[in-house]
Parts: sequence; structure tokens; C-alpha cells
Amino acid sequence: MIPEIGHFALIIALCLALVQTIVPLLGAQTNTSQWMAVAKPAARGQFLFIIIAFICLAYSFVKNDFSVFYVANNSNSALPLQYKISAIWGAHEGSLLLWSLMLSGWTFAVTIFSRSLPNDMVARVLAVMGFVSIGFLLFMLLTSNPFERIFPMPLEGKDLNPLLQDPGLVIHPPMLYMGYVGFSVAFAFAIAALLGGKLDSAWARWSRPWATFAWVFLTIGITLGSWWAYHELGWGGWWFWDPVENASFMPWLVGTALIHSLAVTEKRASFKSWTVLLAILAFSLSLLGTFLVRSGILVSVHAFATDPARGLYILIFLAIVIGGSLLLFALRAPYIKSIGHFDLFSRETALLLNNVLLLVVMFTILFGTLYPLFIDAFDMPSLSVGKPYFDLVFSVLMLPLLLVIGVGPFMRWKKATMKDVFKKLSKIAIVGLVIGIAFPYIVAGKTSILVAIGISLGGWSMAAAIYYLFKNTSRTDSGANILQHLKKIPRATYGMSIAHFGIGIFVVGVTFVSAFEQVKEIPMQVGQKIEMAGYMFELGGVEDIQGPNYSSKQATVNVYKNDRLVAKLLPEKRTYLVQKSPMTEAGIDTGFLRDVYVALGEEIDGNAWGMRLYYKPFIQWIWMGALLMAFGGLLAAFDRRYRLKLKREKQSAVPSSRKQRLAVTS
Amino acid sequence: MLKYLLPVVLFFVLVGFLFVGLYKDPSEVSSPLIGKSTPQFSLPRLEGSRIFTQDEFQGKVSLLNVWATWCYACHQEHPILLDLADRKVAPIYGLNYKDIAAEAKQYLINYGNPYIANAFDENGRVGIEWGVYGAPETFLIDKNGIIRYKHIGPLTNDNVENIILPLIQQLQNEAS
Repeated sequence: MIPEIGHFALIIALCLALVQTIVPLLGAQTNTSQWMAVAKPAARGQFLFIIIAFICLAYSFVKNDFSVFYVANNSNSALPLQYKISAIWGAHEGSLLLWSLMLSGWTFAVTIFSRSLPNDMVARVLAVMGFVSIGFLLFMLLTSNPFERIFPMPLEGKDLNPLLQDPGLVIHPPMLYMGYVGFSVAFAFAIAALLGGKLDSAWARWSRPWATFAWVFLTIGITLGSWWAYHELGWGGWWFWDPVENASFMPWLVGTALIHSLAVTEKRASFKSWTVLLAILAFSLSLLGTFLVRSGILVSVHAFATDPARGLYILIFLAIVIGGSLLLFALRAPYIKSIGHFDLFSRETALLLNNVLLLVVMFTILFGTLYPLFIDAFDMPSLSVGKPYFDLVFSVLMLPLLLVIGVGPFMRWKKATMKDVFKKLSKIAIVGLVIGIAFPYIVAGKTSILVAIGISLGGWSMAAAIYYLFKNTSRTDSGANILQHLKKIPRATYGMSIAHFGIGIFVVGVTFVSAFEQVKEIPMQVGQKIEMAGYMFELGGVEDIQGPNYSSKQATVNVYKNDRLVAKLLPEKRTYLVQKSPMTEAGIDTGFLRDVYVALGEEIDGNAWGMRLYYKPFIQWIWMGALLMAFGGLLAAFDRRYRLKLKREKQSAVPSSRKQRLAVTS
Repeated sequence: MLKYLLPVVLFFVLVGFLFVGLYKDPSEVSSPLIGKSTPQFSLPRLEGSRIFTQDEFQGKVSLLNVWATWCYACHQEHPILLDLADRKVAPIYGLNYKDIAAEAKQYLINYGNPYIANAFDENGRVGIEWGVYGAPETFLIDKNGIIRYKHIGPLTNDNVENIILPLIQQLQNEAS
């Protein structure tokens, strides 16, 4: 009964999405306010019914209703409760439901926070989001219904993919989807503005916090994914350039370009058509990512069920949404006038450079990811793509970007004077260089040219970010004045500085890990000691333990430094009972300056164990930096001026919209 | 006007590729090398000083697996290769691709070695000859040293049972 309610709720949600799309759009084109007013209640109703559907699926999981095909395939009565919940989005059908839930959730948020916007804008934005929702609800109902029953009912479920049974995976997909789907809001604003023919800086101001929020979620989602790969895959790596990882990274890159470009459009009324294009692109890449993951078109470690029928559906949907948007862009963009002019040496140029670099990175990743498809179609002579390709192009393209990150904020809008900027930044550059040369010696006792470059650039972005906050305090200021000054700085500025500081932290982490990490892969007998990177690893023993739905070999590894026990690690090799697949649980001692990481391999000749020992300097900095970026984004999105401006507009909204209406009727 | 049309044009080109790709199994991408002799090459062996050349493939049905320690999917595939090697139906050769020799050797010690021998392709040049576009890839070579099948991506138990093993049997029954 409960699954049928869920199924029915999805159908009602689809009907509401249809209403939410068609009626307000017609209303906005014909300026009929009653029709436009339908958008909000329809969107809220849709959200409600998708919540109902979601709860029904959750209920089926918790109650072990294996008569539901999806539950039978992805759960098991022995599965712990938190994984029963995360199993809801553990496979194709459920993750689509999560997608739809997120989309209607964002739409709901737009209905709440759009009171100050003109009616036709709201109507169009909600209609566009409704249209996207139709696509996903139809997709679910036609090809991937999570509520489908199975007869006869299996006695036991096939269990959740053991790879996904990890605390990190409970929140990683929701965060990632919040980001993916969140770009639909900026997208909807862009399309609404193109449809309405009014692309002014108000448009940029409205979409900016939405785009930033989406970017924050995506940043957190990707960070969690990387963290999960590090813990769960047992290879000590934090990024694999897997197609699915790339699929989440590409919208992030464009999203980063978008939030920077929106700043120019809001403040300087420049880059208008470019920003619109980025808003379309960011969401398009989210959709493309969904297509790549769901269609099974590429070989990936995240193997999902592949089905050409589903792939074809998404592809057609993709062609309509993205193709339609880009066509609309081609028709309207020639009439968009960007008024702000700027010099070659100006903040606009710096931001343009940032945008171009980010897009180039995105296209090289897109090319690398889809390379198998291109080569297949053309019989091109092979050049090889893999981790080495991505690592190389990514690091080469990141270098100029890091330079610009430091310089950009110090340049004035429109026209910056080179002398002024150089005077301010020469000190920062020296600080960066000193950090880059001295820091590796202090922490690692050695260095190389590449390390010096990496750490200098990281130090440069961090120093520039901090200096930017103090740049207007003069030398004579007393301590109290500096505090007052810091209090006056808007949140958005703090946000930017923290995010740029985070990038510096990230770069330091990446540089140290890739240059100074140490690995030993060797067989160890119980009681044997191995020395690496100043640590002594001792295999204390290996014993059998029993988990709720797996059995496991658990090793005890004592880690000593200078004869003092610093960590007792318990790496495991689990065999999940239902799916019979072996899984590695690494034993990790996390520290601010280094991780010690041990993974248990195969038993060798009955008396030894293959062990992987890793020393990973500064690896936590990678995720710390990424989280700082997200935190900076969050601060920027909560900047007071959005709320102040919203209030001001609200006060003036009534007369101006009345004026408009008068103008239309007269 | 034209420059604004560029994004939509590029996008539909991409859609074309995606559409074509949709109906191909990504692990069975046709290779121009299928039906042709193995490319000529000579590489050092991971195992020692002798040279590894295409002559190695003559006179028997064999497999060539492209792998690297940096490749996560190869790790996934590894137990399946070990299993296949245990059945002793056909020798498996390895092409150790863009790797570091010491790490690759250690890897084989730790996780077991399914390979009869490994050609060590440090800079990936021979990989280019073979049309490799990512590890892992597996080639099936007949008694005359002609490439008959190519699998892209990690082999699964399913692939081995339903494609690789029957094909090996078929090729072994062919006259040389």
C-alpha cells in the first residue's frame, strides 16, 4: 500500500509540475497576473508530494519491504539503519528521486525568498524549474520507477553495494546533488531573463546568492567524495580522475567561473551575455554529469546499471533543455548590451582571465573524459588519457590561476594602475617566496623546484588573502582601530579572503602529499617491524571479527615514533556476506601535519600479510582547504547587502510595478 | 550573431557523439587493430634484462593486459586476472603502462602475479602503437599473433565467463 501511495504522489507531483510550467509561462508572456500567481502554490504542492513519495520509499526501506524491487536490490534486513536510509539514494531509481526532491526543494526555497522580485520574473523562474522537474519525474515514472513491485517477493534483499556502506557516503550524494541541482536556480534566472528580454544587473544580484549556495554545496559534496575515496578505496589516493569524479568537478569549475563573473555583471554591468552563458553551462554540465553516470556510456569505477533506453531518454532531455537554452541564448544575446568598459589592466581583466582559465581546465577535463567516445567515432591515432594526462594539464593550468588569485582583488575596477598594484603586492610576493623556500625545509627537511613553486604559490594566495583584509589600515592605526576596521569589512569580503586562503591551504596540501608521501607495500609477519618516514610499524596480529552484515579480518598495527606508541591502527579486510565482495577499511591516524595510513592486503603463504603503509604529509590540508573555500562561499552568500537591497526593493517594488502595469494598460 | 550560435552548434556536435556512444558497449569499442597483427615493438621486461617483442605472441592463444599501479580500475580487476591465470587456459602477458618499475614489481609481489611476463612501457610509446587509451585494457591474440578481441576497462567475472573463455576456446580450436 505504502509504495503505491509513493507512486501516486509522484504522478500528482508530475501534474503539478506541468501546471507550474505552462500556466505561469503563458501568464508572463501575456502579462496575466492570475496565471503568474499559479506558479508558487503549484511549486509548493509539487515539493509536498515529492516529500511524500520520498518518505514512502524511506518507509519501505526501514520496514524491509522486499516486495519493492528497488528495496530488494539495495537493502537487506541485516543492513544497519543509517545505511538503509542512505540506500534510498544508493542506486539509480532512488538517486533520481533524491534529485527530484532537491530540485523541488530549491524551487520551494525560491518561492519563499522571491517576494521582492517582479512577478513576471518569479513566474518565469518557477516555470523553468518546473520544466526541468517534469523531465526528471517523467524519466522516473517511465523508465526508473523506484516503487515497482516484484513478484514473488524475495525473502531477503541483495544488500547495498558494500562500497557505499560508509558514513561518508550517507551525506556525500545529498550534498553533491544539492550543488548540482542548485545550479538550476541560476540557470532558471538566466533563462527567465532571456525570455523576458531584461538582462540588467538586478538579475545578477538576484541570482548571485543562489549560485553561491549551490557552489558551496557542490564544494562540500566533492570534498566528501574525495574523503570517502581516501578512506574506503584503500589506495591512499584522494582523487582518481574517474569519469564520475570528473562529472562533478566540471560543473564546479564552471560554477566557480560563474560566481566570479556574476560579480562583474552585478557591479559593473559587464560580461552580461558571458555570465548568462556560464549560468546555462554550469547547469548543463550538471545534467551532462547525470547523463554520463546514469547511461553507463563510460567505464567507471562507480559502476551503475547501464541501460541504453535510460541513456537515450536523458540524452533527448539534455538536447531539449540545453539545446533549447543555448538556442535562446543565440537569439537573444546579440541584443544584450554590456555597458561597462574597462582597461586591459583592471579587475575585470583579472576576472576574465580567471573565467577563461577555469573554462580551459573544464574543457580539457571534458575532452579527457569523453575521449573514448571521440576516438571511437574517428579512429583517431591514439594519444593516451589517464591520471597522468589529467594531473599534468590540471597542474599546468592551475599555476597562472593561482597567480591571478593573488593579484585580482588588489586591482581596481575599470582601470588599475600597475605601479599601485605592484607596490602592494611586491611584499606579498616576497612572503610567498620565503614560505615556498623555507617551509618545505622546516617540515620535511628537503625540497625541490616543483615543491618550491607549489608552496610559494600556496603561500602567495594565503598571504594575499590576509593582506587584503588589512590593506586599508594604515601603519599608525592603533589596535582598536584595526579591530574597528575589521568589523566594518563586509561579510562578502571575508568570504572571498577565506576562500582564497583555502585555495592556498589546498595547494600546500596537494604539493606536500604528491612530493613527500611515502609508500611501502610489503609482506609482514606478525610481530615484524618496518620503519618508514621516522615511524616504526609493527604488525601486532590479525584476527577474525564479525560485523552485522560482514565478516572481517582485522589487523592490529602499532605505530611508534621514537619508541613511543603514537597510534594503534585497525585496518580491516571485510567480506560482505550477501554480495561476497571484499572491501578494504584502511586504518588511519589523522594528524594536522601528517596521516599514517595502513591497509591490509592478502594473506601470503599462510604466515604473512601483504600490507600497504603510507605516510601522507599534509593530506588533511587538502580537505581543510576545500572546506575553507566552502565556508568562504557561505559567508559571501549571507552578505548583508543582499538582504538590505531586497528590503529596499520591496519598499519600492509596489509603486514601480504599478507604474509598469499602468504603462501596459495605457 | 554567428559567434552566439557557436555554443549551440558545439553542443549538438557533442550530442551526436553521445548518441553514437550510447549504443556501443564502452568495453567493446572497436579497435582498428582488430584482425591485424600485433604492432612491432621491443621493450624491456619488468622481470629482467631480456627484451620483450611481438614474437612472444606467436604459436599460442594469449592475452595482453595493460595495467599500471596508478590505475584504480586495475586494482579492481586484479583478483579476476589472478583467477583467470589459475585456470591456465591461456598465458596472460602484461603491458605495464606509464609506471615506475620498482612500484610495479612490488605490487606484483604483494597482490600476486597473474602474468607470464611483463613488458615495461615506461613512457607509454608502445601503448600508443597498440591504441591504448587508458588502463586497464585487455587484448586477445590468436596463434598467429593477430589481435582478435579487445576489452576496455576492468574485466568482470561476467566478461571472463561469457566472452573471454569461450573466445579463447574458439581460437585454440582454429588451425594455426
